[in-house]
Amino acid sequence: MKQFRKLVAAATMLAAAAAPSFAADTIKIGEINHYKRLAAFAEPYKKGIELAVEEINGAGGVLGKPLEFIFRDDNGKPGDAVKIAEELMTRDGAVMLTGTILSNIGLAISSLAGEKGYIYLAAEPLADALVWQSGNPYTFRLRTSTYVQAAMLAEEAAKTDAIRYATIAPNYAYGTAAVEAFKENLKKLKPEVEFVTEQWPALFKIDAGAEVQALEAAKPDAIYNVTFGTDLQKFVREGTTRGLFDGRKVYGLLTGEPEYLDPLADEAPEGWFVTGYPWYGFTEGPAKEFVDAYIAAYPDETPKIGSLVGYMTAKSIAAALDKAGSTETDAILAAFEDLTVDTPMGEIVYRGLDNQSTMGAYVGTTALKDGKGVMVDWEYKNPVSYMPSDDEIKAMRPAE
Amino acid sequence: MGLLVAQLLTGLANAAALFLVASGLSLIFGVTRIVNFAHGSFYMLGAYFGVSLMDHLTGGFGFWTSIVLAGLIVGLIGVVVEILVLRPIYRAPELFQLVATFGVILVIQDLTLMIWGAEDQMGPRAPGLKSVVRIMGEPVPQYDLALIAITPFILFALWWLISRTRVGILVRAATQDREMVGALGVNQSWLFTGVFFLGSTLAGLGGAIQLPKGGADLLMDLNIISAVFVVVVIGGMGSILGAFVASVLISVLNVFGVAYIPQSTLVLMYVVMAVVLLVRPYGLFGREEKAGEHGQVGEPDRPIRPAGTLGKSLVALLIAVLALVPLYGGNFTQVLITDILIFCLFAASLQFMLSVGGLVSFGHAAYFGGGAYAAALLVTYADTPMELAFLFAPLAAGLLAIVFGWFCIRLSGVYFAMLTLAFSQLVWSLVFQWYDVTGGDDGLVNIWPAAWLSGTTAYYYFTLIVGIGGIILLRHITHAPFGYALRATRDSARQAEATGINVKLVQWTAFATAGAMAGLAGGLFVFSKGSVFPNELEISKSFDALIVVFLGGVKTLSGGVVGAAFMESVKDWLTRLEYWRLILGLLIIFVVIIAPEGIVGTLRKAAERVGLRRTEEFMR
Repeated sequence: MKQFRKLVAAATMLAAAAAPSFAADTIKIGEINHYKRLAAFAEPYKKGIELAVEEINGAGGVLGKPLEFIFRDDNGKPGDAVKIAEELMTRDGAVMLTGTILSNIGLAISSLAGEKGYIYLAAEPLADALVWQSGNPYTFRLRTSTYVQAAMLAEEAAKTDAIRYATIAPNYAYGTAAVEAFKENLKKLKPEVEFVTEQWPALFKIDAGAEVQALEAAKPDAIYNVTFGTDLQKFVREGTTRGLFDGRKVYGLLTGEPEYLDPLADEAPEGWFVTGYPWYGFTEGPAKEFVDAYIAAYPDETPKIGSLVGYMTAKSIAAALDKAGSTETDAILAAFEDLTVDTPMGEIVYRGLDNQSTMGAYVGTTALKDGKGVMVDWEYKNPVSYMPSDDEIKAMRPAE
Repeated sequence: MGLLVAQLLTGLANAAALFLVASGLSLIFGVTRIVNFAHGSFYMLGAYFGVSLMDHLTGGFGFWTSIVLAGLIVGLIGVVVEILVLRPIYRAPELFQLVATFGVILVIQDLTLMIWGAEDQMGPRAPGLKSVVRIMGEPVPQYDLALIAITPFILFALWWLISRTRVGILVRAATQDREMVGALGVNQSWLFTGVFFLGSTLAGLGGAIQLPKGGADLLMDLNIISAVFVVVVIGGMGSILGAFVASVLISVLNVFGVAYIPQSTLVLMYVVMAVVLLVRPYGLFGREEKAGEHGQVGEPDRPIRPAGTLGKSLVALLIAVLALVPLYGGNFTQVLITDILIFCLFAASLQFMLSVGGLVSFGHAAYFGGGAYAAALLVTYADTPMELAFLFAPLAAGLLAIVFGWFCIRLSGVYFAMLTLAFSQLVWSLVFQWYDVTGGDDGLVNIWPAAWLSGTTAYYYFTLIVGIGGIILLRHITHAPFGYALRATRDSARQAEATGINVKLVQWTAFATAGAMAGLAGGLFVFSKGSVFPNELEISKSFDALIVVFLGGVKTLSGGVVGAAFMESVKDWLTRLEYWRLILGLLIIFVVIIAPEGIVGTLRKAAERVGLRRTEEFMR
């Protein structure tokens, strides 16, 4: 028994030593991302956050304290992410959670947030289910919804006389949702269109030659592309070689984002209508200021959309904390309701209706310039008019 | 008609890289009996070296030189791996080498990231082969035609090497009976090194030659490895011709799959594999495995016995300490220990069939994830109360194991392992691609425990009771008559049969039991995380379990549990470091080479040496 008591005492001491001292001098935000698994996307995002935090703390921080992000890597595993989220909230003293690019991990953390009452700002995940079908009061989302971006492309597509459409999208939730939204919006605007084939390569396992053949065989007038990353590179190369894009209009979701356009270099497709981030085209205003600040801070790099999202994430959190006036969950939760934030994209609002921000998207046409893919004739579109109606959203969201 | 021909050509072109990698793997397996899981990493390295070389060597000559050079460099890396990692453990049981190659994967992944960075590299296009040829009106890329031409050439070269040269004779002899070759005075070490060089070169070539159709990225090692295993298993392990036929078969099927059932391309591949293995258990061109290892390699297994008083009281003490954790530990400590306990139960269930039953499964995640998904599906679609859904997890996993087990136990050794892998991949691909039901990659979310268990502490106690209960139950079965029968089938199936044990039935029961217990762990998992995703069914999940069983000690009873507890705790700390995979990989290799008996085995030996523990009688 004596031994046992000793053991308990030792264990207690160990646990006490392991628990970090709750330094009250900073406000901590738990940030979970796939720094290893998707390093190419997560790094610019992290740099965006760090830039914003520097600015915020340079201006006196929030609530009189410096803001601090604790960056943690989940290795791309939802189970690990949930564990880390618990650790950040209950051991490290984070006041809220943010992060993730992969939709599935976003959904896992969001589910935990709803169950345990942690506030989670989903920065980059693309799945609209986060705020709609699987939405909960504790989950907020910054990134432009997939539905809206697809609707913007559909609007443009409806202006042409193309009737026969083919789609290609990775076979997972983001891909399916993106295709569904495009079909729904295009059919609404132009009921006579038909979808002659749908291709569903497995994510990052595309067999590009076969996909291109299957698309070609359906003889579509236009193609809607949702593939990205290495899948997009292979698809573009095979498609160009085999002449799939000749005389066809192509609509590419996210294809214009530097993350995907830059690796294509001089093979970037021309004349695609895409959503993206034409940072090189800004001449004035907050959008340009952000680009300048980013390049000044990281001279070896050009901004990616991830950089912008990271920057806006940190700014949103700072704005929420300022409005809340405290770091209590209830206060932050209330502050997020219809919270307005000034961002490089202009003012955005976290809608009380569905916790989705009104971050918009840039749309434009791809072109080659100095051996690099760029977007030309682009414009910024406000997402509000492309959203499903309030009633539709209410019907989708689980009752609270 | 034109389209059909064009599709066929695309399939043939895709087969080129696959064949190169698969033939290398098949060669290595045939001679060394090593299932080299790091083969995908060699393929990835080939691609990266190819891209870098092509930056410097331009023009048509430079392009093809780069491919050959990339292959040779990777071949040399293969030699280094063979000499440093595998040579010290050739005498260890076959599966140690497998675990070591998994360590190599982790090391190569991080080294590649360090050297080439995170950005995906796009492969350059082949100079002079950038356009298309019209065949029956359909465009066919010139490079595709080049690939189609190269593949039979390589097949022929390999055939010539194997059947017409002295080296080939030695390789064939070693494939059939390597001990005899050694007895005849052939230096096995250098033969093995040579074969490893050749196999790795082929993988490197495969990586470099696919560059114009793809590129180099950090996910390609694990992306290709499952396809390569499918090819090697369908073709027959060790058969070059089999690898060729199977890569053509898989690639062509895939092309048509894309055209006609675009949403089930992955499922198709594993269905073909499972069907082939059912009809021809040793693959299309494989030969029946002659009992791979004669009896036991290395030290004989120790007789097992229930823990003594000291052992029992230590365990009781540990349980008591765990039960008191909520009093002094924080919320996160409980979350962490919950994770560890779940993983321990999962590892214990694998250890039960692997160590006690001698049934090495490469696909144990199917039952863990299967149980988790079964419970999650019930909650999602039938709004089943948590308690009922939880009970369903081990039940469903057990049922799954009964069905798969019936097919698997007809085989033994590596082929058994491969079929378990095929089935688990089949489950994974089904879950991954059957989006409407399983949610695909987006998984099933909001699977939380009932109100009375929803607090962290409540669920902690629940996991403690169920998890430790499960582990103790497995241990109890080991000491029960059934456990004795199972060990008899492991040590000598023939003698067991002669004494009246129904070998297959015993193995089948053990398979199902292990599956059900893995499902129990899966059930605990899904309600602790609130969600489940296909990655719980992935190969790497199965490997995690295999690794911890080896880390803890295969020839021990508690190895799985100790290994799992050790690994989960270390990982929690390790993953905070930048290059943790490199460290973990080195740790795995280190353990395999220096302490092949695992943590428990090594401790036991040390205890015997210093006299804390009696030496077993039979060892004196």
